[in-house]
Amino acid sequence: MANTYTLIEAKTLTTSTASITFSSIPATFTDLLLRISARNTSTGGDCVITFNGSSSSYTNKILTGNGAAASSTAGSITGLDSELVPSSYTASTFSNSDVYIPNYLSTSNYKAVSTDTVSENNAATAYADFLAGLWAATPAAITSITCTPNANNFAQYSTFYLYGIKNS
Amino acid sequence: MDKPTRIEINCTTGETSIIELTDAEIADMETAALAAADQQAAAEAEAAAKAALKASAKAKLIAGEPLTAEEVDTLVI
Repeated sequence: MANTYTLIEAKTLTTSTASITFSSIPATFTDLLLRISARNTSTGGDCVITFNGSSSSYTNKILTGNGAAASSTAGSITGLDSELVPSSYTASTFSNSDVYIPNYLSTSNYKAVSTDTVSENNAATAYADFLAGLWAATPAAITSITCTPNANNFAQYSTFYLYGIKNS
Repeated sequence: MDKPTRIEINCTTGETSIIELTDAEIADMETAALAAADQQAAAEAEAAAKAALKASAKAKLIAGEPLTAEEVDTLVI
């Protein structure tokens, strides 16, 4: 059981930004946790997370609910999604996402990832997503993580916190 | 107009770089923006259609009228 959390890096955007990358991630932890609070400057309701600059070999299962209906999807994709609040949602609201990456240093196992994310909106529709994802590229330690909106830019004041977790 | 930028944070040194996107990356962004707008419009249309079916199903149930298969689908999981 993980019992230590160390903040590796944090960033609050001071202007709209197309993507954010945490590179040269230290190889001194057991797991990683990426905590995102973000908003899109325009349309685009997904934050796409990729590892080591790769946009292939990702698969996922997503359970989505919006308060009125629930659905489940699966597929091969170019990255792992978490919710992102588009500009059509209530002003100054942001998504909240936790992206958990256990055993990120393994060079023998594919990388299993889970995300737990919600979008905020003072209206009828907002979403909660739970994702089980796998990055099934040739096993390699994760040294960089990139977050990109599926369209347009992250809005000012979006925040990204990367934590390292040790099991002892 | 300024080019869009991306941020890279080196977690070992703490150095933050702000990098302008290339023309190709900007073109990709514009394509993605169009696709996202289409996707959002389709999702909104689908949600509106489902809401209309559900309202119709409710009205017919109250009035004791037969439902269509699509209306039943909104009530039965």
